[in-house]
Formats: sequence, structure tokens, C-alpha cells
Amino acid sequence: MPQTPVSFWDTPKFKRGLAKRRAAEWRFKLYGLIAMLIGLASVALLFVSITLNGVGAFWQTQIKLDIFFDPAEFSEENLQAANYGKLVKNTLYSHFPEVTKRKEKRQLSRIVSVGADIMVQKMVMAEPSLIGTTKSIWLPVDDVFDMLHKIDFGRDSSKGGSGLVSENQLKWFDSLVANGLIDSRFNRTYFTAGDSREPELAGLLGALMGSFYTILVTLLISFPVGAAAACYLEEFAPRNRFTDFIEININNLAAVPSVVFGLLGLAVFINFFGLPRSVPLVGGLVLSLMTLPTIIIAGRAALHAVPPSIREGALALGASKTQTVIQEVVPLAMPGMLTGTIIGIARALGETAPLLMIGMVAFIVDIPSGPLDPSTALPVQIFLWVDSPERAFVEKTSGAILILLAFLITMNIVAVWLRQKFERRW
Amino acid sequence: MKTGLGVSDTLQEADNKEHIRTRIDKTLLADNQANVQNSAAQIRMTAKDVNVHYADNHAIKDVSLSIYANEVLSIIGPSGCGKSTFLRCLNRINDIIDDCKIRGEIKLDGKDIYSADMDVVELRARVGMVFQKPNPFPKSVYDNVAYGPRLHSMVSNREETDEVVYSCLRQVGLLAEVEKRIHKSGTELSGGQQQRLCIARALAVKPDVILMDEPCSALDPIATAKIEDLIDELRTQYSIVIVTHSMQQAARVSQRTAYFNLGDLVEMGDTGQIFTNPQHQLTEDYITGRFG
Amino acid sequence: MNAWILIVVVLALSSLLYYVAKRRSLTIARSVGGIHRLHSAPRYYGIVAALLFAVPALVVLGLWISIDEGIIFRLVLAEYFPELDRESQVDIDWLTSQILIFAQTGRLGNVENAELLQLAAARYQHLTSLSQTLRNASVLALGSIAGFVFVLAISEKLRARPIAEGIIRGLMVFSSLIAIFTTVGIVLSVLFEAINFFQIVPVADFLFGLEWSPQIAIREDQVGSSGLFGSIPLFVGTILIAGVAMAVAVPVGLLSAIYLAEYASARIRSFAKPTLEILAGVPTVVYGFFAALVVAPYFADIGARIGLNIAHESALAAGVVMGIMIIPFVSSLTDDVMTAVPQSIREASLACGATHSETVKRVVFPAALPGIIGALLLAVSRAIGETMIVLMAAGLAARLTANPLESVTTVTVQIVTLLVGDQEFDNPKTLAAFALGLTLFVATLLLNVTALYIVRKYSEQYE
Ligand SMILES: Nc1ncnc2c1ncn2[C@@H]1O[C@H](COP(=O)(O)OP(=O)(O)OP(=O)(O)O)[C@@H](O)[C@H]1O
Ligand SMILES: [Mg+2]
Repeated sequence: MPQTPVSFWDTPKFKRGLAKRRAAEWRFKLYGLIAMLIGLASVALLFVSITLNGVGAFWQTQIKLDIFFDPAEFSEENLQAANYGKLVKNTLYSHFPEVTKRKEKRQLSRIVSVGADIMVQKMVMAEPSLIGTTKSIWLPVDDVFDMLHKIDFGRDSSKGGSGLVSENQLKWFDSLVANGLIDSRFNRTYFTAGDSREPELAGLLGALMGSFYTILVTLLISFPVGAAAACYLEEFAPRNRFTDFIEININNLAAVPSVVFGLLGLAVFINFFGLPRSVPLVGGLVLSLMTLPTIIIAGRAALHAVPPSIREGALALGASKTQTVIQEVVPLAMPGMLTGTIIGIARALGETAPLLMIGMVAFIVDIPSGPLDPSTALPVQIFLWVDSPERAFVEKTSGAILILLAFLITMNIVAVWLRQKFERRW
Repeated sequence: MKTGLGVSDTLQEADNKEHIRTRIDKTLLADNQANVQNSAAQIRMTAKDVNVHYADNHAIKDVSLSIYANEVLSIIGPSGCGKSTFLRCLNRINDIIDDCKIRGEIKLDGKDIYSADMDVVELRARVGMVFQKPNPFPKSVYDNVAYGPRLHSMVSNREETDEVVYSCLRQVGLLAEVEKRIHKSGTELSGGQQQRLCIARALAVKPDVILMDEPCSALDPIATAKIEDLIDELRTQYSIVIVTHSMQQAARVSQRTAYFNLGDLVEMGDTGQIFTNPQHQLTEDYITGRFG
Repeated sequence: MNAWILIVVVLALSSLLYYVAKRRSLTIARSVGGIHRLHSAPRYYGIVAALLFAVPALVVLGLWISIDEGIIFRLVLAEYFPELDRESQVDIDWLTSQILIFAQTGRLGNVENAELLQLAAARYQHLTSLSQTLRNASVLALGSIAGFVFVLAISEKLRARPIAEGIIRGLMVFSSLIAIFTTVGIVLSVLFEAINFFQIVPVADFLFGLEWSPQIAIREDQVGSSGLFGSIPLFVGTILIAGVAMAVAVPVGLLSAIYLAEYASARIRSFAKPTLEILAGVPTVVYGFFAALVVAPYFADIGARIGLNIAHESALAAGVVMGIMIIPFVSSLTDDVMTAVPQSIREASLACGATHSETVKRVVFPAALPGIIGALLLAVSRAIGETMIVLMAAGLAARLTANPLESVTTVTVQIVTLLVGDQEFDNPKTLAAFALGLTLFVATLLLNVTALYIVRKYSEQYE
């Protein structure tokens, strides 16, 4: 009985509903797009704000002073004891003969960094023949004036930092600028000095070396141990309750908060084994325990990707199981293992909290010369500097972040490159 | 003369058997409406010079055919010849495959379904589909069947939904089997039950045209008979295109049959005529089991 | 000879031993009629000899280094400062550091008992060099005995390969056990100190107390010297910040994952996915900086402009930045589980006449839900365990409030602040950190295990 159906699809009810559903579709897609754009914008904002804040750290405002090394100031036997501060200040005063009052002079002298005399001292001690000559030297200005020069911080209330610079100082500084005695020059101190309370004297070398030793220890421990554990679990271990337990354990450890690892380091390495505090060795030990799960998981995946035919081939030729794994399988899985290791190490390099807890957070000026010297690490240095009130440290911090990110990006690019270069499809 | 169709052997035979064509001649495939049993039949869908490429695989080559109202059209042909692909063009489900390119013209009730003003949602509601592999949603049996009606607000309350769900399940002969587990997940049913569930799900939308891709491939003879009866019954309201590997099934349920080979529509015509008196060497080889 | 040189010497000697043992096996092989008469290939004799030398030597060295300084100081202090109170860790630390400084630099701080200190430093130096000599001797002796006994024992019948493989496999098993040692170490260290803590402060006071002020008086007799250790404000602060973080990360992460998995063209996807994942690789200290110096002042500024009082160290700023950090966790895990939903059921939905978004909302998303929940649990675990962002941007005030515009503190922040600086392991302030660590560990453990279980179970579903 063929009906004459008025199809539901032709009814106005359906058409109306359809229009609404179309609109909902469009909105949904829009929400997704917006969400993605928010995510991308966060990335952009993060990097742009850090870069804008940070590039300044690589430049330093310096003042050119023609210092006359008056022989009268130096005694033959003890170059170290000469009053270098006086040399620097007198040269500065000579540019402003009108400043005579002691109080004003003191204000004027603040323009030059307090570290200037030590720099001059080092210079003379390295080259005693300077005595009796005049030499023009670029010396860092105080951080307040560094900021004034770079971003007008402290110039007037609208720029922030009001009260940091007195009116006189502003006048003097501007006249120095006008005379071409002030210039922005490459900040060598930043890469050659340790930490300092004075932003213009603070450098990253101490933190970089601390990170280097910490990561070295981490790498030396976590890579061999992680690779061996991955080999055992993937190639030799029987599948039973116990190995299952190990596996759950490893997966869970990968998600344990880093402060908990810090507690472990504190209680076990420092309190129980009596290892010294604040040293890269302990930092490296803690970080290697944190990194191990990543390396083991990546290592197992790499081993798993090696096709069974390779093992069967070697076994068929009479090789033992251990021989097969070490000589045939591991070399093929090595790129994957290395990729996992690099990614794990990159994460360890940025890790901060556990290092704070084992004491790598002290104010340390000296450059560490081994994993048993007290030191900080790059991310810890960032943390320390963020806490400092001086405006100039914002720049220093951002600069340190840029360097940290540069390391991380390089490591990740190497990891990706390794993976692509050696990736095999069987 | 060699064609790319692997029919060079049969070319010699063609000299002996004059009435059997060996080369595919599109002009001879013009619709023979006269052969359709229901002479009042009107055209529901037409395909004209349809070509489908998957990347550089030319899966459908210049296929033209029509689908009439209230008929069952069966598509047969060797595996990989493009039956599913052609079916999937009819409701534009191939749109979601990135490297699938479709050329040609397909019309539903005179309207080009690939034109810009065609709403694919409406198209797919009008042209329902049962897939080759059963693909129930990971939802309850009930929600599987109620999915379409709820989507289109065809039902407005529980009673109406119940009615649609139960009648569709009954139609495919599944109700008795799953009544107790109607709120359990559809993925827990057996393969054959899943296949019937998918048919019920497609029926619940009440489409104008139903495309069925091997709907009985996982069914026992009893369930198959039930589905075949259902198809016959549905024919009174809908147009049905069915892909099948069973020649008997095609003979039993369809009024017309199309034979595909390597992306070509080789022959199309009245089912009785195709099976008793094929016009083309390839068709004859296929239905007599001499193929490949 | 310091430890590093010793390590180099050990490695050099063990490679020397490798050659010696290999040579010897070859000589023996020649005398018995060819290499094939040997039980194992010559290099296995070398490997075993080298391992037998290096492994015991390095183990002894490691143990020695880790305990000798503590023992030496104990001896020195017992000898020269017998009256020193054993319990007073601060004094001990101070004295040891003075002794160290004097021993290393010859400089003296302004101390009262300078003479005694000099004597102690001399004693320390003497003991240190004695210990080093003993250490070097025993390390080398032990390695040599093991190594050379093996070399002497080499014969054509010696089964070197199984021995080498046994040693290697032993090392592998040991390496895998480190994961368990770590967990056990965490549990024990946190548990023991927490138990010590609960002997001073009752568990109920800790878990249900509403006030947290662990500041201990410098002098014992000062009032309120015991501090208050009610951790509810910390839990509330943690949950508040994690809540803000999830409120940012869940919608942004989920929706962008949906957009990337379902709508974005291959080109956009190949750019946006790795770009979002950059966020996961940025160190948390960088987020801390971003929160403290960029986002927090900005929020405070906006607040001031619209008349809201937003604290400079607000839960809001820390939470929002933490949310940004978590976005890639949510989005990439969600993306994974959504792409794991088979295409066939998407097609089924579309063929019923569903729009793309209806398909996503009604079929794909529910199908992926268990996996997504697993991902979200992992993200929550991450949020409550996150330290640096909150440490730098959320402040230290233990305030019991649900207002995200105020400054709150979290469990992790308190753990770190209680432990930075000098610690004494008998002081409730230090021990409280471990009690907090225990709660944090247990909470994240539950979240992680549940999440891992769900994800694992889910991933089996479509296999
Ligand atoms: N998604 C796809 N991507 C690329 N190529 C495809 C895709 N689907 C089908 N093909 C190719 O298109 C051709 C036709 O496939 P189709 O699935 O239409 O065959 P079929 O006639 O349905 O076969 P069967 O009877 O086995 O189901 C085949 O060569 C197949 O490899
Ligand atoms: Mg098919």
C-alpha cells in the first residue's frame, strides 16, 4: 500500500531545528578555535614578555672614566692595598668641578657601581705597568642608573621607581650621557661572575657551573641505570606480579610531585648518609631518581620497537640471550633511548623545587669547581633573583630564563633530530 | 586491442559469441526504465559520470546510474571493485576522508547533493546507511536506536521514543533477543546482533533512501531471511540500495542489479535478466563463478 | 689522590685487567690447542676480570665517600667539644662549617675559642688524609684481589661467559629495583619523620586544625613556642589554586584538543600541536616568574581599575598561570584518547544525520570520557603537586578563604619554606614538612594510580 508520505525532512519543524543545529555547530567550532588561540596566545605572551624583559640583561650601561693611576697612591710591595675607590671617584668628580659638598659628592659617586674599584684593582694587578699612566676604562654604573638609562625607570613617577634617583643625580647622569661618557655595552660580567647582591655585578657563571655539575651527575647515574633497567624489564624479566608491581611503581614515580623527591633527598642523602648540603652531587642524585622513570619508559618503548625477527635471527645463530640483547637489540634501540634521556635531562635541568630543599639555594658568590662545592643551579638562580627587590634583577632574571630556555630548546631539537635521523620503520 | 581491464583473453571469445560484449560501453548502460517492475516508478537518485579517487587510486570510473523510488537495487562485484565507495558517495560520508576526491554529479530528487546549497545533514538524514562493519555506538542498545530520532527531535517524549525504538528493534528481529539487555551497551552484543542493531538504528531515522553495505554478512540464514523480508517490506516506502556478495540474495530481494568491476559499472539491468542472460562477458564470468 | 682521580685510576686499571685477562686466555688457548678449546670467547675473560675489579671498587668508594665526612666530624667534635649538646644541630653545623673554612682557607671567623678550633681543624685535616689513604688502599686492594684472583684462575674450562652474563644481569636487576628502592625510600623517609611529628602534634590537630602558624620561637621560653599546625588552610589553599588552574586548563585544553582532533586542517594541526606542547616543556620556575612579575601585577592593576581588591600575591594569578602550564597535559592526552575513538562510529553518527559537533558531543566525547577523566586526574595530581608557581606567586599567608582574589598558601609551598634554611630533625617545624609531604604523596598516589588504571583499562577497549 504505497503511501504518500509527507517526509519529516520537508516539515518546517525539521528545517527550523536544522538551522538551530547549524548555529550550534558553528558556535562549537568557534569555541574550539578560541580555546586553541588562547593556548597559542599564552605561548606567545610567555615568550614575548620574557624576551622583551630579558634581552636587556646581555647589555650593561657603562661609564667611561679616564683614570690616572697616580704613582703616589701605590706602594711597591702591596698593590692590593691601594685605594682604588678613590681613583675611580676622583676621576668621576673631575667631570663635575662644581660639586664640592661632601654629601653631594657621595651622591655623585653612587652613579658608579660599588664593584668598580675591585675591577680596577684586578686590572692593575694584572698589569702593574699601568701605574703612572692614564687609561680610559669602561666601568659599570650602579643598577639604578642602568635601569634609568635603559627604561627610564626612576626618571619620573609615571615610569615607576620614584625616589630612587635624586634630582641632582638625574642632572649629572644626563650630562654624562650628553657628553657621550655613558654607553650600553656587552655585559661580560653576566657570563663570567657568580651571584652578587648588586645586579650590575651579578653573573650566571656560578649557577651555570652548578647546573652543569648537577646535570652531569644526573646523566652519569640515570642513563646507565635507566638503560639497564629498561633492558631488564623489556627483555629479560618474566611477566609476573612482581614485574607488574615494578612497572606500576615506575609509572607512578613519573607523576610523583618533585617536592616529594626533595624530601627524599633531604631525609636519605643528607640526613641519613650525611652527604653535604647545597652540593651538585646530592642535587644530581635526587634529579637522577626523578629522571629515571622517564628514561626507563622511553627505553622500553625503544626496545619494544625493535622487531622480534632481529632477536630470532641472532638467537638462531647460537648467540645467548644476553649477547643478543646487548649486541643486536640495544644498538638498534639506542637512538630511542638517547632521545628519552635527553628529554628527561632537559626536564631535570629546569627542575627547581627539590634543589631548594637540599640547600642549593644559598647565596653563593664563588664559582663551584666540582660536584662537591656548594653551588646553586640555573633555575634556582632565577628563583633567587625573582625575590630580589631591585628592578634590575627583573632583567637579569629574564635573561637567565632566556639562557635556560635556549638550552632546553637546543636539547629538544637534538632529541627530535635524533629521533628523525635514526627512526626506522620495520 | 588491449584494454586495461584484464579482459584481453576474452576478446577472442567475443568473436564467437557476438551477443556478449566484452568492452564496457557506457552508452549501452542507459537506464531501461521499462524493465522496472513498477512502471509508475519515479527517479529518486541519479548518478552521472561519477569518478572517485583515493589519492591516486582511481576507485570509481565514470559511473552513471539511477535509483528509483520503491525499488531495491543490488550492487554486486568482486571485492575491492568500489561497491562500498560508490555507496558512500550517495550520502557524502566519503567527505570526511581527506584524500578522497569525488567528481561527477549525484542528484537526490533532482537536487545536486554536492552543490553548495545542499545541507549534508539533511542529505544524510534522507539517505540513511548501514555500514559494512557493524559499528554500534558505545551506548546502550536503546540509546543506539534512539540516537537519530532524538537528534532530529522526531520524538518529544519517552513514550514516542520507546515506540520508535521498540518497533525498529522488532522490525529487524532483535527485540526478543535484547529486550532484557536493552539498557546494556550495544558493543556487548554478538556480531550479528550488532549488525541488526545498526540496521534498526538506520531505520529509526526514517530516511527516504537506505544504503545497506552487506547487511547480512554476519547473519545466520534465519536472521538473513528475516532481514530480506524486512527489505522487501521496506520497499513499499523507501528506496533501498544493497551491496551483497550473495548472488542468491541479490536475486531474491532486488528488482535491479548493478555489476561493478575494478571501479567500472559493467552492467546494470533487471535482476532476472542479469542472472539469466548477462550481456557482458565479465558479468557472466562473475555470476557463474568463473571469475578470477 | 682525590676521589675523581681514584675513579679514573680504577677505570684505567680495570681496562688494563681486561687486556691482561684476555691475553692470558689466549695464551692458555694456544697451549691447549686453539681458541675453540676455550669455554668462552677470550673477551669474556677480559670482561669478567674488568667487572670484578671495577664493581667492588666503585661500590666501596661510593659508600666510603658518603659516610666518611660525617664520621670524621663526629670524632673531631667528640674529642674537642665534648660538652657540645648532641641535640643542637645548629651549633654542630656552625662548628663544622668553621672547622671546614679554617681547614680549607686558613681563615678564622670571629670565634671565641679560636685555639680549640685550630686544633680541631688540624685534627680534621689529619683524619681526612688518613681516611683518604685508607680509602684508596682498600678500594684498590679489594678490586685487585677480586680481579687478579680471577686472572690466575683462568683456564680453558672456566665458564667466563655465564659468569659475565650473570654479573651483567645482576646489575640490570639491581637497576630495575632502584625504582622500588626510590618508592620505599620516599615512603619510609616521609613516614618516619611524619610519625615523629605526630608524636609532638596529634594527628587530629594536624588534619582538622584550622590554624597554621608554624613559626617557632627562637628561644624556648617564648610564648607560643610550639606553633600551630592545623593544615586545613593549606588544603583549602591547595584546592583553591588547583581549582582555578583546572578552571582554566579544562575548558581551554579540552576544547583546543577537540578543535585540533576534529576540525583543524592538517597544516594548522602540525603547527599548533607542537606549539602547545612547548608549554609542557617550560620549567615551572619560568611560570613562577611569569606569574609573579607579569600576570599578578596585571591582575592587581585590573582589579584596582574596576574596584576589586586583588592581592598582589593572589590565588587567581598563580592558578591561572598553573592552568596555562597544565593546558598541554589536558590537550595532548585528550587528543590521544579522542583520536583513538574509531572512525567507524563517527561515520555511524554522521550517517544518522548528526552534525559534526553533535557527533563529537554525543558520541566521540562520551566514548573517550574514561580516558579524558584519567587525563584530568593526572592534571589535578600535577596541579596539587606543583611548587614553584605557587611558591613564587601565591604567598605564604595561611588564610582560610575560598576567595581566589586573596593570597593563600599551599601544601607544597609550606613544605619548601619549612625546609629552606637550617633544619633540625627534632623540631616540629621541620617534621611538619614531612607530615605535609606524606599527605601530598598519598593524595597524588591515589590520583595517579586511579588515573593510570582508568587509562590502561580504556586503552584496551578499542584494541
Ligand atoms: N579510505 C580509503 N582510503 C584509500 N583507499 C580506499 C579507501 N577505501 C577504499 N579504498 C580503495 O578503494 C577501492 C574500492 O574499495 P571499496 O571499499 O569500495 O571496495 P568494495 O567493493 O566495497 O570491496 P568489498 O567487497 O571487499 O567490501 C579499493 O581499492 C580500496 O583499496
Ligand atoms: Mg565494501
